[in-house]
Amino acid sequence: MNAQTWAREFVHRQRRGAELFLLVLSLVVGVGGYAAVGIGVEQKVPADILGYGGWLTVLIVGAHVVVRFVAPYADPVLLPLVAMLNGLGLAVIRRLDLASGASHHGFARQQLIWMTIGVVLFAVTLIGMRDHRTMQRFTYTSGLGAVVLLLMPMLPGIGKDINGARIWIHLGPLSFQPGEVAKVLLVVAFAGYLVLHRDALALAGRRVMGVDLPRGRDLGPILAMWLISLAILVRQHDLGSSLLFFGLFVIMLYVATERRGWIIVGGGLFLVGAVAASRFIGHVQARVDIWLHPMQHYGTAAGPHSDQLVESMFGMAWGGLLGRGFGNGDPWRISYANSDFIMGAIGEELGLTAVLAIVLCYGLIVERGLRTAIICRDDFGKLLSVGLASSFALQVFVVVGGVTRLIPLTGLTTPFLSYGGSSLVANWVIVALLLRVSDHARRPLPDLSFSASEETTQVVRLP
Amino acid sequence: MNRPIRTLSVFCLLLFLALMLNATYLQYFNAKKLDDDPRNRRVIQAAFSRQRGAILVGKKAVASSVPSKDQFKFQRTYPEGQEYAPLTGYFSYYSQTGIEHSQNQVLSGDDSRLFVTRLVDLVNNTDPKGGNVELTIDPAVQDAAYKGFKALGAGVQGAAVAIEPSTGRILAMVSTPSFDPNQLAAHDLTKSTKAYNRLLHDPSQPLINRAIQTTLPPGSTFKLVTASAAMEDLGMTPDSKVPGGSSLKLPQTTHVLHNENNESCGGAQITLTQALDVSCNVSFASVGLKLTDQQLRTQAEKFGFGQTYLSDLPGQAISRFPTTLTPPLRAQSAIGQYEVAATPLQMALVAAGIANHGVVMKPYLVDRVTSSDLDVLDQTNPTELSTAISPKTASMLTQMMTSVVDRGTGTPARIPGVEVAGKTGTAQSTPTRPPYAWFTGFAPAQNPKIAVAVLVQASNTSRSEIAGGALGGPIAKAMMEAVINP
Repeated sequence: MNAQTWAREFVHRQRRGAELFLLVLSLVVGVGGYAAVGIGVEQKVPADILGYGGWLTVLIVGAHVVVRFVAPYADPVLLPLVAMLNGLGLAVIRRLDLASGASHHGFARQQLIWMTIGVVLFAVTLIGMRDHRTMQRFTYTSGLGAVVLLLMPMLPGIGKDINGARIWIHLGPLSFQPGEVAKVLLVVAFAGYLVLHRDALALAGRRVMGVDLPRGRDLGPILAMWLISLAILVRQHDLGSSLLFFGLFVIMLYVATERRGWIIVGGGLFLVGAVAASRFIGHVQARVDIWLHPMQHYGTAAGPHSDQLVESMFGMAWGGLLGRGFGNGDPWRISYANSDFIMGAIGEELGLTAVLAIVLCYGLIVERGLRTAIICRDDFGKLLSVGLASSFALQVFVVVGGVTRLIPLTGLTTPFLSYGGSSLVANWVIVALLLRVSDHARRPLPDLSFSASEETTQVVRLP
Repeated sequence: MNRPIRTLSVFCLLLFLALMLNATYLQYFNAKKLDDDPRNRRVIQAAFSRQRGAILVGKKAVASSVPSKDQFKFQRTYPEGQEYAPLTGYFSYYSQTGIEHSQNQVLSGDDSRLFVTRLVDLVNNTDPKGGNVELTIDPAVQDAAYKGFKALGAGVQGAAVAIEPSTGRILAMVSTPSFDPNQLAAHDLTKSTKAYNRLLHDPSQPLINRAIQTTLPPGSTFKLVTASAAMEDLGMTPDSKVPGGSSLKLPQTTHVLHNENNESCGGAQITLTQALDVSCNVSFASVGLKLTDQQLRTQAEKFGFGQTYLSDLPGQAISRFPTTLTPPLRAQSAIGQYEVAATPLQMALVAAGIANHGVVMKPYLVDRVTSSDLDVLDQTNPTELSTAISPKTASMLTQMMTSVVDRGTGTPARIPGVEVAGKTGTAQSTPTRPPYAWFTGFAPAQNPKIAVAVLVQASNTSRSEIAGGALGGPIAKAMMEAVINP
């Protein structure tokens, strides 16, 4: 039996029981983490542990029930992974709340509300959309929506500068980062566009030194995306999103066309943009400088200062292999420890062990996403899951790499861990989409085989 | 499209591997370096909150950590702060000095010798406790020296050191003026910073441990080194005749070297013993002229000049004997003037070397290191630093130094019923400032138990009355008595 027939005849099991078991483990991490924070910081189990644990259980079991009914063949590992990360993130945010003196109405409470909204949208996505291919119809709508969302922070009145980046919009009491939602819409738009145009992008071109380079006229889309990314960088000072969107586009282009030429073109454009940005954009220049010489910019009165990064590095070093334990470190020394720098706080109090475990979990999420792409039967689904999985991989690499000083700091949220409503909700929707595609991909094919003897129709020869 | 997806998954794998390797580097391999960064508040904060071990003198703690109810768990206290500050140093939020600095690993509990204790603490889930450091200090000698300086009145600057000659144990080390380390260890950081700045800018320099960090011309006490060289290299004896006139015309110059007060030392030719008794500059300058500067320097170095030998306290200054000398400068150097400079500890080592039959023992301050449960983890064994002179020379010098205390300049250090060996010194510095008064010696002369050096750098005594014997002698005597007649 060759690989192809094996793939055709292999039937995936639903594995919902396995998912439930893993979800229980993730609940142990979430609720246990919350209890450990109380014990570590306040020397007592938090009074609201039952209410909190109950709520978390309801959300997670609810998500599981929805999956069981509307996507029974979906990947069984994804949901437990994100439930675990979300639960751990809540515990760490709670710990940072306690350090800053907030008692019960801190960020953790907010984040739990966002998680609830995220899980509800997760359920709505799964229930409302029974076939991911329906999204293909909205290719250009999504693209337009993404562009509008990305431009919104620039509008006077609702856009607002926070920490030098103009990526927020405010509508009355509500504020959110449209970039997170735009990310999902962009993946949908890219996937839809590339499914239609991949042949043109793939086949035409000339061969230079053994590599197929695309035709000049086909460079349009990638140049457009490059300019949009640069615009985000220049106008909104959002290095992270700019990098994420462009990287996403190049990866999807490469996967759709199977041509390495696009990576060379994309990589070249990226390098040009990166070098130019680090030369001419003060904001980026400062980031690179801090990355190269963090210790020289620590505690400086003027100029770019690296206090956040260096405190995070001190914290992670102080945490060592096993960490200080909840309540025994000083993660409050890191500014924005609950959002961009949550990995620093985790590294300090839970140690290298937890950092590696979390990176592994992210790796597993990406792996499950790419696996879904490989077994998916339609091109749109393949591209969609490739896009979602690689957006995850890029985002985690950019933010964790930035916090640990592997690459310059850019400022993105750590998916599921960081405090931040837009990001959390958008990521729950991403997981719902991945589950939807994987349900479709793993579902057994309807039995279309019939033997020749039972053939009822006959081949009619046309005159 | 599956082929590029597989390539992409390998790419993602590499990204995540890079993240994990980098995190491992940061949190494991590079952690030590980051922890050691002086700006790392976490480490300082933790060290400041920890129950540090005690610094013990005899059975008495001169530095210990007591529970505190403010933002830190423990408060460092120094019950006899002023007296022991030159030894203990201080432990503030910003820095440490003295034993607090040099024994920080033990006191904080990070020393590898405390590994088992740390493990037990970890298993029992108790806060780790630091180990204790027991000093070689004899509190009676320390008290005697401290009170001796106190008796000289306010405004005194000086230091005293006592050593057990046969081992090198430091029995006392006093430096005055001193400071109160409790003020610097205060948890109110504004107050502690204020106190530190005041001490730092105090013209009398209370933060300096004069016993080991101040080098000054040793004056006539250096004649012990010159005499040693004369006996070792020129074969002189206590009865050798040396010039004893009232002045000495120095070669190659018009400069004439005088005795103190321009008096004669008791004749044109006197014995070496007589010369030491009255601390005759003319005699020792002419002995110095007979020696080469190499011989003088080598002899000085055998006693410890030019070396770092005290590892238990940070910042020991190196005592100096100048290089390449013209004859007139050699004559000056031979009587402890010109650029010769020594710490009180160095002069105590000279006395201790003579007392210990010519063998100089390496001075040490940390006797034992114990765990918080008082299990002995380490005990310092005496080691030899060098052999400075032969036993014969040592016994001849002892005889001469005994004579100094019996009938010479050192009479203030006489102890009834005990033979005391000693040498005074009064070193000129600049004409505008008072001379430095020195005394060094040991007792009992035939079976030495203690060697001392006392330096009075500045005092309220009028210039004409300053003499090593009068100022330093009584303090040295009190210190020696504390050991001999406890």
